[in-house]
Amino acid sequence: MKARITVTLKNGVLDPQGKAIEHALSGLGFEGVDEVRQGKMIELSLADTDKTVAEARVKEMCEKLLANTVIENYAIEMVE
Amino acid sequence: MRSSVIVFPASNCDRDIAVALEQISGSKPDMVWHGETSVPSSDLIVIPGGFSFGDYLRSGAMAAQSPIMKDVISKAKAGTPVLGICNGFQVLVESGLLPGALMRNRDIKFICKDVFLNVERNDTIFTRKYAAGETVKYPVAHHDGNYFASPDVLAEIEDNGQVAFRYASEDGEVSEADNPNGSLNNIAGIYNKELSVLGLMPHPERLISAELGGSDGVLMFESLVEAFA
Amino acid sequence: MSEKEIMNNEGGMSQKDLIPEPVEITDALIAEHGLSGDEYVHLLEILGRVPSSTELGIFSVMWSEHCSYKSSRFHLKKLPVDGPQVIQGPGENAGVVDLGDGVAAIFKMESHNHPSYIEPFQGAATGVGGIMRDVFTMGARPVANLNALRFGEPDHAKTRHLVNGVVAGIAAYGNCMGVPTVGGETNFDKRYNQNILVNAMCVGLADTDKIFYSAAKGVGLPVVYVGSKTGRDGIHGATMASAEFDDETDEKRPTVQVGDPFTEKLLLEACLELMNSDAIIAIQDMGAAGLTSSSVEMADKGGVGFTMNLDLVPQREDGMTAYEMMLSESQERMLMVLKPGSEPAAKAIFDKWDLDFAVIGETTDTGRLIVHHKGEVEANLEVATLADSAPEYQRPYTKTAKAETITADDIPPTNNITETLIKLMSGPHLSSRRWIYQQYDHMVMGDTVQRPGGDAAVVRVHGTNKGLASTTDVTPRYCYADPYEGGKQAVVETWRNLTAVGATPLAITNCLNFGNPTRPEIMGQFVGCLEGMGDACRALSYPIVSGNVSLYNETNGVGIPPTPAIGGIGLIDDIAIQASLVFKTEGDVIILIGDTQGQLGQSLYQELQTGDFAGAPPSVDLSTELKHGDMVRRLITAQKVSAVHDVSDGGLLVAIADMAIASGLGAELRAAPDDIAAEAYWFGEDQARYVVTVPAENKDAVLTELQTAQIPANEIGVVSGSDLIIEGADSLAITQLTERFEAYLPNLLA
Repeated sequence: MKARITVTLKNGVLDPQGKAIEHALSGLGFEGVDEVRQGKMIELSLADTDKTVAEARVKEMCEKLLANTVIENYAIEMVE
Repeated sequence: MRSSVIVFPASNCDRDIAVALEQISGSKPDMVWHGETSVPSSDLIVIPGGFSFGDYLRSGAMAAQSPIMKDVISKAKAGTPVLGICNGFQVLVESGLLPGALMRNRDIKFICKDVFLNVERNDTIFTRKYAAGETVKYPVAHHDGNYFASPDVLAEIEDNGQVAFRYASEDGEVSEADNPNGSLNNIAGIYNKELSVLGLMPHPERLISAELGGSDGVLMFESLVEAFA
Repeated sequence: MSEKEIMNNEGGMSQKDLIPEPVEITDALIAEHGLSGDEYVHLLEILGRVPSSTELGIFSVMWSEHCSYKSSRFHLKKLPVDGPQVIQGPGENAGVVDLGDGVAAIFKMESHNHPSYIEPFQGAATGVGGIMRDVFTMGARPVANLNALRFGEPDHAKTRHLVNGVVAGIAAYGNCMGVPTVGGETNFDKRYNQNILVNAMCVGLADTDKIFYSAAKGVGLPVVYVGSKTGRDGIHGATMASAEFDDETDEKRPTVQVGDPFTEKLLLEACLELMNSDAIIAIQDMGAAGLTSSSVEMADKGGVGFTMNLDLVPQREDGMTAYEMMLSESQERMLMVLKPGSEPAAKAIFDKWDLDFAVIGETTDTGRLIVHHKGEVEANLEVATLADSAPEYQRPYTKTAKAETITADDIPPTNNITETLIKLMSGPHLSSRRWIYQQYDHMVMGDTVQRPGGDAAVVRVHGTNKGLASTTDVTPRYCYADPYEGGKQAVVETWRNLTAVGATPLAITNCLNFGNPTRPEIMGQFVGCLEGMGDACRALSYPIVSGNVSLYNETNGVGIPPTPAIGGIGLIDDIAIQASLVFKTEGDVIILIGDTQGQLGQSLYQELQTGDFAGAPPSVDLSTELKHGDMVRRLITAQKVSAVHDVSDGGLLVAIADMAIASGLGAELRAAPDDIAAEAYWFGEDQARYVVTVPAENKDAVLTELQTAQIPANEIGVVSGSDLIIEGADSLAITQLTERFEAYLPNLLA
């Protein structure tokens, strides 16, 4: 079983990398991009067979290490 | 003064802080590997600068989960002073010993240069030898030093007098022009509520003699030596 | 599988009889391996049979320009490599020079040009990682990194992207390693538009009795692999580094390796920890051509054979073939030969640092490299042949024709010296490099006593009062116009820069970046530059102890200007007695040492006025350089001068402007002498010159000393105020000049 975790900065937290990308896109002539937010995607291959158990464990991993909840949100997607 | 320096994989200012501590306190610190589970009895625990775990995932995130950190946290809560410099500051916020977070610099780039800092208060064990309101020169060298806290946490930090250092001009004027990384309120370093834990991005251990370009860092270590005399 | 079992695979047969399965040879296959038809015929003669796929791969990398120096070797042999200070010259991972008191400096410079053009961040990062491995492989802790960078013209579409990527890559790797990046140089020139140069230099320090070499002497010794796992990274990187670019180069992207500075930091600490024991007999970094070149070089230098079982190699990917493992350029790996019995203690160190440690073979008395994989013999080659059989070419060359001397009359004159100075100082060639070096941690390790921006960087030899000075230099436009004079000038400029901080120059490393050597005019540039370098090194007792050659820096038949980047190191006995270019005190007298004829050929002033460089570059008189430099060093040591700066790119007024900007202090300057055109005086790039300042009370003594030594010296002004005031010209506030000087790169690149 696989888990795909998307970590993004919370709304209201300045995202300097997103801003830089936005700037670069406009420099390349891509217009109409209003906002860019950068995040990261983390993929885990899990030995678990029970999806509910697995999801609970992944949530714990996010809280403890994978995301910094002071500044980041996370979303978990379980992939069979 | 007995001090311990925690060494993580890819800490890289561990030698620098050990040199500074020995030069100024006269005794060598214990170097404690992150895989250990207890810190020897010390007056001061230092978490040095560097790129613990390569700064992968988030600066300081993995170091904050190292075996040794359980004991650092419990000793800090019991009152042992802790000093975190640069990556050490990042480890302290990731471990919850200090509030807030350190994000990528405003200009995205790593930045290494001398900056000026206002010493916000000189009644702590870290700053007692500085003059009140003194402006000092320390270097910064970091990629993720942009201090962030939610508005209520920030207000609390300010109200409690937890700001230790603020980026300023050479004359001590605080403005965005002298903010190297976008930190909120020009914050360069903060204390915990009890003023026993200090985290700061600039490196006092790098300016400890004239030939290195300045010696403003010396007083921080002299303050600590005096506090534990 | 144990080591014993590796050997047992061979049963009762003689080792020579273990013939791997031949590969099906086609012309395309040979061409893909970068071999010419003649070279393949040569291979067949040596081997006496058709090679296996793995063997063909091994030959292709060993015979690549990058590993074999086949076009350059004949000429490189003529360079001076000896001196009383030299502990190890070219031929090892890096050169070694004695600093006295049991300490040695170990240093080298290497190119990572092609990978950096294709993927600037990773290309530059892995270049920095590779050069640091070369240095710590020999037992040294790296203490200073430098970089010589050449990019295309500033407004070329790719320049911004390339500079940002290269600088970020260098920063990411060096900063994480905790090694200060203290110096280097950056040029912009349209002739690098499609072939940028990224040359990384590393200097380390070791105890003279703890230097490690690559000769695997002894039979039956364990061959040990440590570091990162092997993946399919960079396969054929070494052959790519030896090929010209064309419009399809983008297709080659997958061969660029990804750097992992975190792992390298662990590898550095683990290797240095192991080096404290006596377990290591030989050690070699797996750089270009990975396991192939490291095993062949170690076996060849030790006069032994290696038997290796690739099943035991730590692997990152599934299903890798012997061919892929032998050619992989995965980073952060080392090959070692250990004392038998020391493996458990050695393994414990690498376990502590979370690094792979695997015994993958042993040394033998067969003199053969035998590679096993999955029960088959995949390669069985004679080591000595493999190491020595690479072709050596004496490629035909035509010497560059001498260009005409340019005088002030050949160039439209400026009517405003001050305005011309501002233009030069705020343009691509001379503007501040702060935007670049501020991204590098140049203070970590707590020993940086002269930071970037001066003539040479200085780091303290840890725990002592000695200073190690380092610099990189070359002026490619001089080399293009006159390879011989340009080659000399590159060497003497490093020597002058070291001298200007008060260091005694010791030795150099180099990165010889040129175009396609099969073109006689390119080969002529190469030969000319090397002759000039050799003469300069001999005259200055300043030998070459390590280096690297990068050829085929061409795209669609257009080559780069010849760029023999030189990295020099020098020693300061006591850092309390050194010099910097910073003006110190108002009232100090400014003295110009050296003769000024006003040589404007190939000058930055000429380009500013005419839009191009032309004519003969400034001439270099080696005995004059020696005489003037030795005198400047004596004045510094005797503490008679307060500031020193060498005069180079841009000429005299630029040198003075540098000193003013660094200090915030201004200067009052006398007008140019009557017998020379003002612009030639202020902007001519005549060599063997220094600007020094002396406290007013020392002035007469210093001038007399210079006169007695028959060294041209003139009092040209005084440090004063906060403006630059030239007699008969507009005055200029230093704050204004500084603003323009600092603005150029951030505006271009941010």
